[in-house]
Amino acid sequence: MARKFIEKIVTANALLQGDVIYFTKQNVWSRNHQDAIIAHTIEQANELLEKAEQQQDIIVGAYLADVFLDEAKTASPLHFREIFRSKGPSNYFHGKQTKT
Amino acid sequence: MYQYNQFDKHFVANRAKQFRSQVMRRLDGSLSEEEFRPLRLMNGLYLQLHAYMLRVAIPYGSLNSKQMHQLAYIAKKYDKDYAHFTTRQNIQYNWPKLKDVPDILDDLAQVDMHAIQTSGNCIRNVTSDHFAGASIDEIADPRPSAELLRQYSTDHPQFQFLPRKFKIAISGSPNDRAVIKSHDIGLLMKKDERGNLGYEIYIGGGLGRSPFVGKLLKDFLPKADLLPYIEAIMVVYNLNGRRDNKYKARIKILVHESGIEKIKQEVEEHFIEQKQNFKQPSDKLISAINERFKLPNFKQANIDNYEIELKQNAQFSSFVKNNISEHKNKDYSIISVSLKNIGETPGDATSDQMQILANLAKQYSHDELRISHEQNIILPHVHKSDLPEVFKELQKANLATNNIGLISDIIACPGMDYCALATARSIPVAKQIAKHFNELNLEEEIGQLKLKISGCINACGHHHVGHIGILGLEKQGKESYQITLGGEENLSMNIGKRAGPGFSSDELLPAIKRLIEAYLNLRQNPEESFLASYKRLGEKPFINALYPKEEKANVA
Ligand code: HEM
Ligand code: SF4
Repeated sequence: MARKFIEKIVTANALLQGDVIYFTKQNVWSRNHQDAIIAHTIEQANELLEKAEQQQDIIVGAYLADVFLDEAKTASPLHFREIFRSKGPSNYFHGKQTKT
Repeated sequence: MYQYNQFDKHFVANRAKQFRSQVMRRLDGSLSEEEFRPLRLMNGLYLQLHAYMLRVAIPYGSLNSKQMHQLAYIAKKYDKDYAHFTTRQNIQYNWPKLKDVPDILDDLAQVDMHAIQTSGNCIRNVTSDHFAGASIDEIADPRPSAELLRQYSTDHPQFQFLPRKFKIAISGSPNDRAVIKSHDIGLLMKKDERGNLGYEIYIGGGLGRSPFVGKLLKDFLPKADLLPYIEAIMVVYNLNGRRDNKYKARIKILVHESGIEKIKQEVEEHFIEQKQNFKQPSDKLISAINERFKLPNFKQANIDNYEIELKQNAQFSSFVKNNISEHKNKDYSIISVSLKNIGETPGDATSDQMQILANLAKQYSHDELRISHEQNIILPHVHKSDLPEVFKELQKANLATNNIGLISDIIACPGMDYCALATARSIPVAKQIAKHFNELNLEEEIGQLKLKISGCINACGHHHVGHIGILGLEKQGKESYQITLGGEENLSMNIGKRAGPGFSSDELLPAIKRLIEAYLNLRQNPEESFLASYKRLGEKPFINALYPKEEKANVA
């Protein structure tokens, strides 16, 4: 039996700042996880990744990350590594967490 | 102190200039990330989870106050006002912006510093004893040899594309403080029967996913033969080291697969060849290097004030007991300044703290500072009459934590708070453990204990050689921590043994508590350290404490 597909987003680091960015519907990058466009099938996911990777001159290392959707269909990171990436380090109040 | 000669200055300045143009070309799209990545790594620039990270070399861990001031200035100007000192005697900046890195490299070059050979498959920053040139137990200062190796290996064409990175450490004292047996090459300075200086040489040590204790390659190598002998080792490695598999490419695997006898024989053969044609450094160069590491002009002064303070000030005497080591000169002391303030990140120092340490070094330590592989900062030459004053200044700067060598003096790698390779966090674990035992006022009672934490199998936090080692892994989507016991890091280096299944973040501290409680009950007397008890009794009682029977029953 086919496993249920886990929704995905495309994430990378910004070339200039080095910080975490998410690929959006408008084919641009956002600093905010909530802006990420969600892939609901593996085909969509691969297509998004391919599109994102065309922007090599402003990003580094794009990849697909699993998310889960709550009842309001808002996506949150699934893996703890991605949760840290969406917030910043836990030892100092630095990084993304300072901006939300 | 090391100083750069004209060649170095030119080379370092040139490298910074080159990198500036490489960054420009990456930004304007003429270099792809694939092309740019090896270039930035050659200059110590990594991309971590939240930002770039710049790793700056502190050759053999020695620096002067001007350099420390510059490191503080860089942290203030380009970063978030702090920096992290690492187990490889480097300093890491966690938040530089790509466009600023060329400026940072220029600022470093101004004080003869750089980020070269802190990354990539080359001979890395040579590490050494952090008490070098100061300690009473030293046979010879290892830094002239380290400096010679640095000059020889820097940009050496044959060593830029080795099968894998290559790490050399050197100790000048039989009480190895540089963990030499965990390095690709470990050098121990010693004298032969006739009093000639030379080296005992170990090869193929390493931590990471397959840890090995370095094996004895040469009992005694006369001092003058160092470079041709190292070159012979490098040739054997370059020819035979595996390039097909990154995880099998370190020299430790070659030594393990070929056997030490075969390596010995090949090195000796190449050595005979190398020695004939080897262009030895000139006597002038050697004496110029030695000149830089001369002992400072020690002052003479009465130390009565020190003796009085010891009797009258309990905090001071406790600091002296834990953080002071014996100096060659009986009126001097070595101060280890702990960067393990309870509840804070191991190895981090703020710009202000770095500046204060630079000023103290200038005024009280003959302008010298050292970085230890245990992530602390050393003031190597402090006259005893100045100790009370220096202690006061350290207290004011929140730098007088008196826990050197105790359970809260934890080595921890950056783990998943920063590192892109991490499988779990290490910093919060370190903070939690240190805080717990400090609050119970148990650190002194527990005594000497080395606890080391890595956030993944790469073992940057040296967990394999911790008396208690903690390795952060992922288990079913959660952080999980494996405990190893009985590791040791000096000349009797030993790889710790895995105690059993991992613990979740919530279970870890209770497990460590049970382990320490068991030790306190089991030890013969308060002088018997954790490691000594473990060696005497074996692992069983400690494993029983970690995995009490009733819990096992619950799991089943
Ligand atoms: C975040 C950036 C870092 C990266 C990407 C990184 C990567 C690695 C890797 C891949 C290894 C395994 C090498 C091998 O076994 O072949 C390693 C080993 C090691 N690293 Fe790191 N590391 C980082 C930070 C650090 C820090 C912060 C320290 C010091 C606290 C450190 C010190 C070491 C040491 C001592 C070893 C083991 C010695 C050996 O090479 O066998 N590294 N590192
Ligand atoms: S041990 Fe792993 S997590 Fe820790 S710094 Fe090294 S590579 Fe990163």
